[in-house]
Amino acid sequence: MIEFILDRYNYLIVITLMMIGLYIVFSRGNLVKTIIGLNIFQTSVFIFYITIGKVAGGTAPILMGGYGGGHGDGHGDTYHGNGHDKDHSAAHDGVHDKLAYEQGVDAGTADSIYPANDLEAAIRSASDQVLKAESDLHNVPEEFADSANQLASDAGLIESDTTNQMSDTLHDAPSELARSAESHANALYDGAASSGEAHGSAYAGDAAAYAGEILYSNPLPHVLILTAIVVGVATTAVGLALAVRIQEAYGTIEEDELEAEDYKAEFGHPITEEAVG
Amino acid sequence: MSIAPGLEHLPALPVVIPMIAAPVALLMRPGTTPWLWASIVSWVTLICTIMLLDQVWHSGPIVYEMGGWAAPLGITYYIDLANALVMLLVAAMASVVFPYARTSVEAEIDRRQIPAFYTALLICMTGLLGVAATGDAFNVFVFLEISSLSTYALVAMGARKDRRALTAAFNYLIMGTIGATFYVIGLGLLYQSTGTLNLLDLHEQLANQENKVVEAGFAFIVTGIGLKLAMVPLHLWLPNAYCFAPSAISAFLAATATKVQIYLMLRYVFTVFGFEFPFLEVALNAFLILGITGMFYASIVAVFRDNVKQMLAYSSIAQIGYMLLGISFGTVDGVAASLIHVFNHGLMKAALFMGVGCVVLRLGSSHFHAFKGLAKRMPWTAWGLILSGLSLVGVPPTVGFISKFQLMEAAFQTSTFISPLLVVLLIGASSLLAAVYIGRLIYAMVLEQPPEGAEKITEAPYTMRAALWLMVIANFYFFFHTDLTVDVAHQAAESLICTSAGCGGAY
Repeated sequence: MIEFILDRYNYLIVITLMMIGLYIVFSRGNLVKTIIGLNIFQTSVFIFYITIGKVAGGTAPILMGGYGGGHGDGHGDTYHGNGHDKDHSAAHDGVHDKLAYEQGVDAGTADSIYPANDLEAAIRSASDQVLKAESDLHNVPEEFADSANQLASDAGLIESDTTNQMSDTLHDAPSELARSAESHANALYDGAASSGEAHGSAYAGDAAAYAGEILYSNPLPHVLILTAIVVGVATTAVGLALAVRIQEAYGTIEEDELEAEDYKAEFGHPITEEAVG
Repeated sequence: MSIAPGLEHLPALPVVIPMIAAPVALLMRPGTTPWLWASIVSWVTLICTIMLLDQVWHSGPIVYEMGGWAAPLGITYYIDLANALVMLLVAAMASVVFPYARTSVEAEIDRRQIPAFYTALLICMTGLLGVAATGDAFNVFVFLEISSLSTYALVAMGARKDRRALTAAFNYLIMGTIGATFYVIGLGLLYQSTGTLNLLDLHEQLANQENKVVEAGFAFIVTGIGLKLAMVPLHLWLPNAYCFAPSAISAFLAATATKVQIYLMLRYVFTVFGFEFPFLEVALNAFLILGITGMFYASIVAVFRDNVKQMLAYSSIAQIGYMLLGISFGTVDGVAASLIHVFNHGLMKAALFMGVGCVVLRLGSSHFHAFKGLAKRMPWTAWGLILSGLSLVGVPPTVGFISKFQLMEAAFQTSTFISPLLVVLLIGASSLLAAVYIGRLIYAMVLEQPPEGAEKITEAPYTMRAALWLMVIANFYFFFHTDLTVDVAHQAAESLICTSAGCGGAY
């Protein structure tokens, strides 16, 4: 029983904070203290959401290894690229650079997570180029349109193959992995770039992350609670502003005195002892 | 159906237009410009909601994907008849109350605050429309807080006339925030067991889930929304907030704010959880008891209030009891009656609060003393109040009669644990209580003499009287033309209740 509770200590914290907050709100004497109670109450909800989103053993939901300095050049070249061909070659360069770097660094390491990271990063960078290339696709002459359509259907197959094989190859030697990854990444790039299906390749990148078994915490509750924090701050601000105005209008922010004043305003005479008792 | 070009974004427009217009109003000089701007925006929004309702009526529910992101991941706006009707109500009330507000607001709030006032009003409108339009559960919370935060500020602006507006706004803020936080907790629990935030997707994921987490989530959400809609034991914030707010705000809030929450409750109880959810019966029984308690408790308190605004505020709580009663039947007719009353009560309460606002403008008080002999001093306002008051009681030929009739008809066809006949009699009895407090007001206005030596007063300005009488006429119009309310509400109730498990009552 005790173990059951201790295992869920985070919920215990949430409930304790919630009760403390609500108690302060209800047993208030002072308006500012009430707002502080409200804040504690809301904080318990924030912790609750963080608890929901946390996956045991998972890292922060930040893409691991992606967007490092290794392929920055490729980015720079293509960002304002004018033509399809230029993008094409530049993207390839980016992928090649990355893979070469990877082979050098990871050749000796046995840990399979890191290659997966870099593989994923490579594919990320490839898909990134694709995203850029996509915008330029509109400039491609009409002839490309037909072949693009045909390749579009191929791209789906290639992607699913890619992810399947990736998980297989992850246990192999890094250099082999890199070679296969290179071909896959190229195929992926060609297919996706031609069809303009940039989203598809981005998903392939995610799939690669799964293949590497990097466990991420669920980012959505964190995003939600960021929104809720903003709302909470706004509420606190309005509440404190009201407390300031009440202080100006009544000269006090003590609940009992305010009630006595309002009673007097309503019934024309102050609260007597009998009325209270 | 093919949609006319440019109209594919129609579901988002009623939310987006006031949202963009709000900060613009803040930049304007104090005076009539912000008022004119807000009024025009409200009319444009009204046109959008009418087109939206028309489109939903003819071609079925609309799913609009915000930014083109598909359903379970992206935020979708899901518009069916139920929320199209509620959005129409909000926009219609705004388009009547905003023009009305001009003179009343100039008299009641600080001149420097006028641009801020209309900004907050537009933001409030955005929030209310957003709650109704969105199909994403967390988006509901964000819009709920957008509307609530602006409402706190608007209520507090009544402080120039009476400083009690400040304490009323503060209490509203505390209660409202607790309600919203309860909603978020409940949502977290539901997310934990389903992994989705889309309201329709939630329904599918929740099917066949029966555990304590979901039940706790349900309880938190119902309590949270219950706080926001002033369900009886949780109503304490409402009377003072409505009483001390500027008159135009009282009219707008009474007609829209709690109504949107009723819609939200319907959406959660029937669309998200549905009858497959075994815990629902407990909630419906609770609504039945709380609804009837509210009808009587709030009506009795209203009879003894000496401030007419406060009396009307308590009457609002009683009317919410009727709506909860309609929900608690758990049938298409019951929910339809609830939706009809949402719409009709909006019309009545807007008219009543606007009438009181005219009196406050000319006599500076909403106390019963000010209403003595009003029929002689301000005949237009007084008769407007009398006719809309009769509508509140439920006298034919007014919309109040339609509401009561539909509710009683629905009550006869249900088999709750209280016998139907008793429920019908209770509805009748609480209507009598409404007759008592409205009768008291009418007595003061028609039969009592104005105080000795009272100086002659002029009628309220034309804009205010026109808005008041527009609402009074609407109270009669919708008695004779029930296709908008009754037909739409019945279809909307069917769309709410008839889910994958088919139609039918909870019992």
